[in-house]
Amino acid sequence: MLELILISTLNGVLFGMLLFLMASGLTLIFSMMGVLNFAHASFYMLGAFFGFQISRYVGFWPALIVAPPLVGVVGALVERYGLRNVHRHGHVAEMLFTFGLAFVIEEIVQMIWGKAPVDYRIPALLDFTAFTVFSTNYPAYKLFMLVISIGIFIVLLAVLTRTRVGLIIRASLTHPNMVAMLGHNVPRVFMLVFGLGCALAAVAGVIAGPALVTQSNMAGLLGPILFVIVVIGGLGSLPGAFIASLLIGLIQTFAVSVNASLTDLIGTFGLTLDARSPLAELTNVTVAQIAPVIPYLLLVLILVLRPTGLFGTRET
Amino acid sequence: MRYPNALLISCLCSLVPIVLVQTPVFAQDTVRIAYIDPLSGGGASIGEVGVKTFQFMADEINAKGGVLGKKLEIVPYDNKLNPQESLVQVQKAIDAGIRIVTQGNGSSVAAAISDFAAKFNERNPGKEFLFLNYAAVDPVLTNDKCNYWHFRWDANSDIKMEALTNYMKTRPSIKKLYLINQDYSFGQAVRAAAKTMLSAKRPDIQIVGDEMHPLLKITDFAPYVAKIKASGADSAVTGNWGQDFALLLKAAADAGLQVDWYTYYAGGTGGPTAIKQSGVNHRVFEISEGHANIPHQASQDFEGVFRAKYEIGLIYPRVVNQMRMLAAAIDEAKSLEAPKIAAKLEGMKVDVFNGGDGFMRKDDHQFFQPMYIASFGERSDKEPFDEEKTGWGWRIITRLDAENTMLPTSCKMDRPS
Repeated sequence: MLELILISTLNGVLFGMLLFLMASGLTLIFSMMGVLNFAHASFYMLGAFFGFQISRYVGFWPALIVAPPLVGVVGALVERYGLRNVHRHGHVAEMLFTFGLAFVIEEIVQMIWGKAPVDYRIPALLDFTAFTVFSTNYPAYKLFMLVISIGIFIVLLAVLTRTRVGLIIRASLTHPNMVAMLGHNVPRVFMLVFGLGCALAAVAGVIAGPALVTQSNMAGLLGPILFVIVVIGGLGSLPGAFIASLLIGLIQTFAVSVNASLTDLIGTFGLTLDARSPLAELTNVTVAQIAPVIPYLLLVLILVLRPTGLFGTRET
Repeated sequence: MRYPNALLISCLCSLVPIVLVQTPVFAQDTVRIAYIDPLSGGGASIGEVGVKTFQFMADEINAKGGVLGKKLEIVPYDNKLNPQESLVQVQKAIDAGIRIVTQGNGSSVAAAISDFAAKFNERNPGKEFLFLNYAAVDPVLTNDKCNYWHFRWDANSDIKMEALTNYMKTRPSIKKLYLINQDYSFGQAVRAAAKTMLSAKRPDIQIVGDEMHPLLKITDFAPYVAKIKASGADSAVTGNWGQDFALLLKAAADAGLQVDWYTYYAGGTGGPTAIKQSGVNHRVFEISEGHANIPHQASQDFEGVFRAKYEIGLIYPRVVNQMRMLAAAIDEAKSLEAPKIAAKLEGMKVDVFNGGDGFMRKDDHQFFQPMYIASFGERSDKEPFDEEKTGWGWRIITRLDAENTMLPTSCKMDRPS
């Protein structure tokens, strides 16, 4: 039991940190520009495919360095020449733009790399067992992913709270007009933040690609979860996104290992349900089976009970 | 927000083909077969292997002069593993003049197509189409929901589980068993059959886990593997196929899980690589209708040519049977009309690809053929082929002749008059 809890915690934290790499960019972009970027997970996918392609020529490590900035540049270009032009038509137009962009990116990825998964491998250097918990091995690559994502989180936090750049970004979040009055180029700040957000998503893509599966539907699989995190954490709140990411990561991992069902719950009150009762189909469903739905249930609950999210200051 | 829009767009997209097919172009010199399977998403890796196998068989038949002097042509349609999407694709194929449809991945999809075939063929006499199922093994398709236009070449799940449990019965090392399956009709059939058959044959086996997980949506099985490990299981039964098997074994390899695996589809794309990684030498067992290393000259020669062309092993020996039987039925019927071909396929007896007798049972359109249980691991001199360049290959453990795989059917076939 202890083994299961330890391993599930490790797995959950890892998944949560990966989600955070993506959600942090998304929530920054959302709170700064008011744009709900539907294409954000697509940049994660681009990161994975860029990483795969570059690693075929020069190996994994250079790919890890080169791919995220490349995707960041793509993101910045999208902001400069796409989003900025659409901006004057309002938020609905912006949202539709990013929505279309997600489809365009998916199609382009399918055209270049095909629809089947690509053979993106863990670098040989990290292909060993890092440590053993009781009898379960924990792969070094997963540990590496964990370290990278925690490292980026710390750097991001430091930049935002300790540097002048971070000061301007945070000021632009709440008082864009005042920042512009003080002589800062706010559109350029927007572009940089958009690019940075995309680059962060790309980092997640490059490191998650070999561990998960690199294929053209990977954006679609993770995209909806990101919105859940941003809403639960609260708009524009980096600590909120962090807590929510970990929460979702842990919930999803632990839910899988819970076999209890409604029947069991009722059983603890001394009642027994007939296995042939018409509701048996429903009450016999275990928590493990509904694990994928739990984040969305949480989303609905949060929207009803606390629309600002856990750490947010304004309504979603 | 996302879904309504996606729905709208997919609606708009689905209108496009309807507009386009107003003026269908009939290629009279070819016989087209619609291949409807996932070519994107989690099922794409096996969907593409299927296309290649069918293409190879079409080439083989065409090299011998085709059918009725016409060439066979495989037309792939991507169904995204979605039953609704599949029906849109079947309709597209029919509108394009195609009268033979084949599909295999996903019993939920097969059930939808089979149902559609029954309705469509009744309402459109003279335009009937055949549904040739090469891999969807939910037993209901040839039992309660059987249908005249549906023919199945893979042994259904109950047949496989019967054979597999007969073998498991002889393995005293199995004490604690874990069931892990995909949460849809086929996965449920596997788990139900495993439970009932084992409780009759080996009541002493303790089932320590019974997992159902989402179909082809999981990219990291680590939480599931942690759970198997915690259960103390020494063996596991899984009907998982495609990515769901490969990733499960990959996660097992990462965590160092050492159990015996009793499977249906360990040989699918990515499976052998993951087994090799987890190092369970001859501890993964698969029940299937054929393997590369079956000592049978004709099929081994075929395997060699197939590998030389595609650099992958033949995963679907049943497709060879299916295509050869289809060609034979068309030649015998001297017609390309579905009702006439179906009449010839019913009850057809053949020498199967891997050697031995096989026949398409008339009562339920289930094909019966010799079945093999094999284990995957290091090879001896008798096993010429490895899989996925791992160096490891399949070793045949038992062979069951077709008559020993027979199970009764509840099918009451509704025949067109």
